Amino acid sequence: MAVLTYGGAAYEAAPGETVLEALLRQGVEVANSCRAGACQSCLLRAACGTVPPVAQKGLKATLVEQGYFLSCVCRVESDLALEPAGGLEMQGRIVGLERLTETVLRVQLETAAPLEYRAGQYVTLCREDGLARSYSLASLPGDGTLELHVRRAPQGRMSGWLFDEARADDAVHLRGPAGDCFYVGGAAEQPLLLAGTGTGLAPLVGICRDAIAQEHSGPIRLFHGAVRPAGLYLREELAALARETANFTYTPVVLEGGEGEGIATGALDKVIAGAHPKLGGWRGFICGDPGTVGVLRKKLFLAGMASREIFADAFVEAPR
Amino acid sequence: MSSLYEQLGGQPAVDAAVDIFYRKVLSDDRISDFFEGVDMDRQIGKQKAFLTMAFGGPHNYTGQDMRNGHAHLVARGLNDSHFDAVAENLSATLQELGVTQDLIDQVMAIAGSTRNDVLGR
Ligand SMILES: Cc1cc2nc3c(=O)[nH]c(=O)nc-3n(C[C@H](O)[C@H](O)[C@H](O)COP(=O)(O)OP(=O)(O)OC[C@H]3O[C@@H](n4cnc5c(N)ncnc54)[C@H](O)[C@@H]3O)c2cc1C
Ligand code: HEM
Ligand code: FES
Repeated sequence: MAVLTYGGAAYEAAPGETVLEALLRQGVEVANSCRAGACQSCLLRAACGTVPPVAQKGLKATLVEQGYFLSCVCRVESDLALEPAGGLEMQGRIVGLERLTETVLRVQLETAAPLEYRAGQYVTLCREDGLARSYSLASLPGDGTLELHVRRAPQGRMSGWLFDEARADDAVHLRGPAGDCFYVGGAAEQPLLLAGTGTGLAPLVGICRDAIAQEHSGPIRLFHGAVRPAGLYLREELAALARETANFTYTPVVLEGGEGEGIATGALDKVIAGAHPKLGGWRGFICGDPGTVGVLRKKLFLAGMASREIFADAFVEAPR
Repeated sequence: MSSLYEQLGGQPAVDAAVDIFYRKVLSDDRISDFFEGVDMDRQIGKQKAFLTMAFGGPHNYTGQDMRNGHAHLVARGLNDSHFDAVAENLSATLQELGVTQDLIDQVMAIAGSTRNDVLGR
């Protein structure tokens, strides 16, 4: 039995229980979402004591050094003195809310000081009451504002609030950025494949624009999947970008109803396989719902893409 | 005389083999079901552990660990034919990498020596 101290009180962690579970069980409020180590919402700091390496996987070296860890995947055997991660939060405010479709909202944010990030990384958006969710960045640092694309999740707490209640000028807090799904220069001729469904497009748009800005010269192939054409968004902008950028193409893909609209019809992985059956030497970026990300990842790998060349962000949601 | 693991090329050889091996396993209908995992990074890590062991490299697995580690698969029907399929993919991977038959034979002997533990007998 380990003892956790937090906010001046002591709590027990039962064997096999995560730090997050132990604190929630004993009535302590700790922000969390995916509970699977994917979103970093549940970040805490161990001021004293050691945490297992799995609980620090994917964290920046500077955070690891300071003892930050993901409480939802941290099972401990020895005592820990804990602190909230509040010190890492940055004050921000909403400056724009625009419906791109019925179910996709473009959210623009400003931070008190410029955020240092790479397009395609994600930030944790924290509402004033502590609710925290992760969203990928579709913007480039030079754009000035931060841009997120938020899907309306049925009865979703954060997305519902953003769609229905949030207003320009509302205050929020941001943490991050995090994630390794972004463009790195140095192999300008390598072909790039970017694929995602729904708001998985957000980081992919950022990565494409970043690669183009960094003068990537190899082919850049973006595939965006949706069930029906109504689920596609930014079509005009992406088609325009493709017209003005010789090495960039954009292929919208739907499962049904796309006939005669310049849209490919079929399962996203099949359409990609048809266009690019062999992917040895390519680099891939995959984002969106976890099921699709899992399938695409495997398909790209089987088509010859090296496992270390595949960068993916699965948008893991909170368990219900 | 350097060890088998060193002759094969050590850790870099494992890294070179893992994608080829895992791709073969995932494409092999006889056994792919056992390897379907949502988390590919984790699966790749486990395949590296497997290869390191088969290459005679440093590891801390005991026969009992091999029993425990595959018990849930045995419960799902893992048998000799699956074991042979994994061995075949391993051998084909090494051939593809141009490893000499003498070294391949040594790797196959190590893998073969775990058969009863892996199959829980
Ligand atoms: C690394 C990462 C990056 C991400 N990037 C993005 C992004 O760029 N864009 C984006 O849109 N999302 C992204 N997400 C997902 C995002 O973080 C949230 O999980 C998502 O917005 C849902 O949050 P929510 O508070 O609205 O829903 P929650 O309230 O957390 O609900 C979780 C799920 O349960 C369902 N649910 C809850 N209650 C009910 C009910 N009563 N009936 C039926 N269903 C219910 C919701 O529909 C939702 O699917 C990302 C996630 C991760 C981990
Ligand atoms: C040839 C002899 C074999 C050896 C030496 C071996 C070795 C290993 C090792 C070292 C691991 C990693 C264990 C861990 O760290 O968790 C592992 C995992 C695994 N092995 Fe084997 N293995 C063998 C045969 C097989 C066979 C025949 C199958 C199925 C067809 C199989 C399926 C798996 C699976 C699915 C895992 C991952 C289990 C999990 O996700 O928990 N292995 N094996
Ligand atoms: S990383 Fe812990 S809740 Fe998402």
